Amino acid sequence: MATEKTMEPLWWGLFSAGGVVAAFLVPIHIILVGFAVPLGWTTDTGALYRIWWVKLYLFVLIVLPLYHWAHRFYFTLNDTGLKAISKLLAVLCYGGAIVGTFVTAWILLKI
Amino acid sequence: MSAVRPDPSKLYHRKMPATWWLTKQSYFLFMLRELSSVFVAAFLVVYLCQIYQLSQGPDAYSGFTQKLNSPGWILFHLVALLFALYHSITWFQSSAVVLPLRIGERVIPRPIVTALHVVAWAIVSIIVLVLFVALKG
Repeated sequence: MATEKTMEPLWWGLFSAGGVVAAFLVPIHIILVGFAVPLGWTTDTGALYRIWWVKLYLFVLIVLPLYHWAHRFYFTLNDTGLKAISKLLAVLCYGGAIVGTFVTAWILLKI
Repeated sequence: MSAVRPDPSKLYHRKMPATWWLTKQSYFLFMLRELSSVFVAAFLVVYLCQIYQLSQGPDAYSGFTQKLNSPGWILFHLVALLFALYHSITWFQSSAVVLPLRIGERVIPRPIVTALHVVAWAIVSIIVLVLFVALKG
């Protein structure tokens, strides 16, 4: 159990950083990606995603809120009667965020 | 130091129905706030899928962005946006509680700290918008 205790600040730090990123940056991206481009208010060839510092930015934008999700969703599921499978939920939530981190890095390096 | 810890298996846990969060408005709003993270993450996964299309060629990319102009996807992004906005507002409100600002001895009132966050949020959003338009190519 010692590792669980020592890991807690790490998960909380990632949760918190993800919360900040999601709060400040996600709404404008939803407006751009979900409305502005599909509805033709602006055009987008995707060229900007090939700029190295934009990739770095996207990595932060996508990955940190995944840890934010993992932390919140894990506790929400625990609080809605799934405490019995708490260990499995931890693996699925935090594991999902870790997999998401690698997939995001791989895609950003590939494009 | 060895603190005496009770055996977790011997602790009494009061049974809570899984629908406890439907019993009170504040619980329901708490649940909405927690669930906002699901919609934010879902949006980011879709966004990542869009970025991935770049590796499949320009036609795949434009095909994907055109596909997002359908009632289903517009609705998805509308719901995601509402949850994301709810996350932003509640996050700024709780930041004002967690990180109180002071000028000298004076503690700045929470609504003002939240308002400062909202101003910073607006500035950041405009910067992202301007950069997007400038770099989109």
